[in-house]
Amino acid sequence: MHDTAHAHAGQHAAPTSFIRKHVFSLDHKVIGKQYYGLALAAVLIGMFLSWLMRLHLGWTNLAIPGLHLLTKNGAPGDVMTPEFYLQLMTMHATIMVFFVLTTAPFAAFGNYFLPIQVGAEDMPFPHFNMMSFWVTFVAFLVLMSSFFVSDGPTLGGWTQYAPLSAVGQVGGPGEGAGVVLWALSIAIFCVGQLLGSLNFITTTLDMRTRGMSLWRLPLSAWGWFITSVMGLTAFAVLMPACILLILDHVAGTSFFVPANTVMNDQMQPHSGGSTLLWQHLFWFFGHPEVYIAIVPGMGIVSHVLVTNMRKPMLSHRVLVYAMGALAVLSYMVYGHHMFVSGMNPVSSLVFSFPTLVITIPSTIVVLIWMGSLYGAKLRINSASLFALGFISMFIAGGVSGFFLAQPSIDIMLHATYFVVGHFHLVMGVAAMFGIFAGTYFWFPKMYGRMMNETLGKIHFWCSFVGAYAIFMPFHYLGLAGNVRRYQAFAPEYMQPLIPLHKFITIAALFTGAAQLVFVYNLFVSRYKGEPASDNPWQATSLEWSTPTTPPPHNNFGDTLPVVYHDPFQYGVESSTGDYVMQTSPEKASAHDES
Amino acid sequence: MATTVHEPPKIEGQRDPSQSHGGFNSGGQDLVPGNLPAVKRYSPPPASTGIWVVLASITMTFAAFTSALIVRQGSALDWRHLTLPNILYVNTLVLFASSFALEMTRRRIRVVAGGLKADSVDASRWLYAALTLGLLFVVGQYIAWAQLRAQGLYLATNPNSSFFYVLTAVHALHVLGGLGGLLRVIRKMGNSTLRKSTLDATAYYWHFMDGLWVYLLVLLWMKL
Amino acid sequence: MAKLFAVTIFVIAIVSAIPILRHTWWMAEDISTHGAPIDEQMSETMAEAGISFLASQFILGYFIWKFSNPKPGDKIKTFPGGAKAMVWAAFLLVGTEVLALGVFGVKAWANVYFTPPAANAVPVEVQAGQFAFYFRYPGPDGSFGPIHPDMISEANQNFYGLDTDHDADSKDDVVTAEMAVPVNREIHLIMHSKDVGHSFFVPELRVQQDFVPGMDLSVHFTATKIGRYEIVCTQLCGLGHYNMKAYLSVLSPEDFDAWMKKEKAMQ
Repeated sequence: MHDTAHAHAGQHAAPTSFIRKHVFSLDHKVIGKQYYGLALAAVLIGMFLSWLMRLHLGWTNLAIPGLHLLTKNGAPGDVMTPEFYLQLMTMHATIMVFFVLTTAPFAAFGNYFLPIQVGAEDMPFPHFNMMSFWVTFVAFLVLMSSFFVSDGPTLGGWTQYAPLSAVGQVGGPGEGAGVVLWALSIAIFCVGQLLGSLNFITTTLDMRTRGMSLWRLPLSAWGWFITSVMGLTAFAVLMPACILLILDHVAGTSFFVPANTVMNDQMQPHSGGSTLLWQHLFWFFGHPEVYIAIVPGMGIVSHVLVTNMRKPMLSHRVLVYAMGALAVLSYMVYGHHMFVSGMNPVSSLVFSFPTLVITIPSTIVVLIWMGSLYGAKLRINSASLFALGFISMFIAGGVSGFFLAQPSIDIMLHATYFVVGHFHLVMGVAAMFGIFAGTYFWFPKMYGRMMNETLGKIHFWCSFVGAYAIFMPFHYLGLAGNVRRYQAFAPEYMQPLIPLHKFITIAALFTGAAQLVFVYNLFVSRYKGEPASDNPWQATSLEWSTPTTPPPHNNFGDTLPVVYHDPFQYGVESSTGDYVMQTSPEKASAHDES
Repeated sequence: MATTVHEPPKIEGQRDPSQSHGGFNSGGQDLVPGNLPAVKRYSPPPASTGIWVVLASITMTFAAFTSALIVRQGSALDWRHLTLPNILYVNTLVLFASSFALEMTRRRIRVVAGGLKADSVDASRWLYAALTLGLLFVVGQYIAWAQLRAQGLYLATNPNSSFFYVLTAVHALHVLGGLGGLLRVIRKMGNSTLRKSTLDATAYYWHFMDGLWVYLLVLLWMKL
Repeated sequence: MAKLFAVTIFVIAIVSAIPILRHTWWMAEDISTHGAPIDEQMSETMAEAGISFLASQFILGYFIWKFSNPKPGDKIKTFPGGAKAMVWAAFLLVGTEVLALGVFGVKAWANVYFTPPAANAVPVEVQAGQFAFYFRYPGPDGSFGPIHPDMISEANQNFYGLDTDHDADSKDDVVTAEMAVPVNREIHLIMHSKDVGHSFFVPELRVQQDFVPGMDLSVHFTATKIGRYEIVCTQLCGLGHYNMKAYLSVLSPEDFDAWMKKEKAMQ
């Protein structure tokens, strides 16, 4: 029996009204751009919050003009109160982790390019895809709305450790309505990402065009696919945790608050909850989340690098296996966040070993990149600079993992700035560099115009030097015992560290300002950039063989492409130069692995 | 906005429509030296993959709830015994009956599948039966909650009742989602756009709800 | 541009390493008996991480320098060992070394957590609450009186919720705002939180342990150097988190007895 229906999965007519075209669009390309726009708005807000925090850390009693406009009671005389500092910190982290590092590299670029790279007209469930974005958007609004409730957003940190997060108003400013809005926002966000993961997985498995075997997927597509599998399992665990947290607030249950909790001399009406339960549920999500942020970046960087090296990776498959191994291991290691939490000390050792084992696939990825650089014909442009910068940052942030994977050393470094430096480099800055590399690389395809190279290079140099200037000193602070999440340095032994904090603040202001160059470049290039050709980088994957730039509504015009080659046929001799596109039937070279 | 400056490399025959429609079997490879491996012409319909993805994520969610229950039980001395309302066992049978009815629908539609309208009135009847029984299950769950409330057992009364309400409510929400799916099947059957894969996916989901319910019932019976 | 990049990476790598090598900002000096293996573990890990960091940044910079801006006639080359060499290198060089570190680290961890406190260890109880630590000594009877959470009251200075009228064990308990311990005696620290999560961190002692509400945990340590140190909270506990600290005085046995006498008089 001929099942004609599936050939039309995901297919839909081009919309005509403004609303269906640009707002409630079913087109994965529009949805990808919407995600990018959301991430851009979020990252600017998150960065602004970090500026405020940095100013306060450098000069504790500094009055920041206009600060009182952001909060009801948090800044009397424009000087930040301790609780407002913690609220800014919590919001900075939540915005960055969820609405930037998860949305931009995965949901934004993945939505736009995964269907094109597999040779499909769209994702198979366009309505779910549209919902995925709008649900995420609502989650963002809910989170931001907590700035406007009576005592502001939650101050519990993005990890929201119970029972502080579960006792309610009595825990401090923002611990009532602020936490509920936070948990609600994250639960909604989980729904959006689950819908997205569903589409990503089915796109990769079912929507590939003729000749597109799994091994012929470019590395960026592999990155998104692996990430979507992680997202599917991780967000499905965070959501129940958030539901239970909300119930502890609004229904008076005792999932996370133990008996005999005394706050302000008052016994709390709770019994027998488990505080470690929250940590287990949170970190079971939390550690894979780190890889959800970084693996798409690895894919994007691989893709950008291989195109600019003009030669294939040493091994495409080993890279894919290594990324897959990272994904699998990420579920076995979450306990390393809890070495000093009072968890059984034997479990600490049990969690320590897979954590150390993660070094192996990570090293393989880095070594494959570096080994592939050997003998390359490397092109230096904004995209490749950020991709190379990613490697440097990933190494710098990765080696500090050697320390944090060991429970004995963690006694000294847990909850210090060393940890903050580690994750900012390895999942913050590195992932951001992946986003930047992807932006400079794919912008011509998304908007039909080139980005300004000079501005791009200025952006790169300021970001690269600036990021090291900010985050390397974090490690020194941590070694000296500077505890994180402190709004001022009350302990005497931390006083000598204040000059280093001042240096970091100046570096952060400078580096942040450099990001405005990027935003300016984005907007100016969008309207005034040099027109781009269909394939400005002489690249091989399917997104560069669309009939128009940007691609038409159904991506490939009348017929879907047919794929003849592995994704990265560079360094060969062909009629087009040193590369063969995946759609070209021309005989390639010995690099074909499949 | 196809403003092309440098003409991209065009390869002869790249977009020849005649080639992308079945022209490439073994004979096709003689025409071109590129390597077109034997990838299935035909990938499965996305709904039949998608449903497993959905079920995997629901499984993860309930695994998380289960581990929460076990950890919470072990963490304190306030764990009490809770007698499950008897109506739950009736509800179980109702849910199974609903699944059976949907399976009967599928049997009858299979004959005329492929985006066709079910011409057998029988199929629609079974489908409506499945929908009604599903609704009945949710009503039955509601009665179970009402019975517990009558005993003075509310959501926050003790950890057992908390877990009972949370697990059954989240399951009931999933069942309601499944009922939405059934309504969609009915609508699509009405205007002859029902795909076999959609019906199959809905049926798998519906049967999965049975399995999940039995699992929850056993869990609650053992632990509460 | 590529050469500039390479040079920048070299400079950044070296500048980053200098404060580490010079110990410009470094861990406070160890005053515990169990800290030496931790410090040793730290310096070994630092050596390995440092070498990995410098070597890989240098190689990255060198490759970028060497293989960019190709001349027209240049051909691409493949790394002689191929991917296999990289996988082996990752397993043998990095994997085994890091795992070896982990194995040696077990000793340092076991030292702290797998040995029971000595029978003659001095028992001290610490209670964490928003945003202060309070300490309790059992007094001559050697046992702590029971805690009545409903009697905890900052206003009445009954920080522990002790019922000295009814509980015999509570009568001689000594509650203090500062911690004092005799030098070179093992201390058995019993940890109890009255509200949310906190943590007990004394960098010099190489001790960091979370308080878990609803669970009483304990650690044990021996301080070897007389002095005054700071105890800080490292688990976010609310708006006063940054200011939650207490002092730890390590005293000679005579001074400790005198201190105890004075505190007892103040009860």
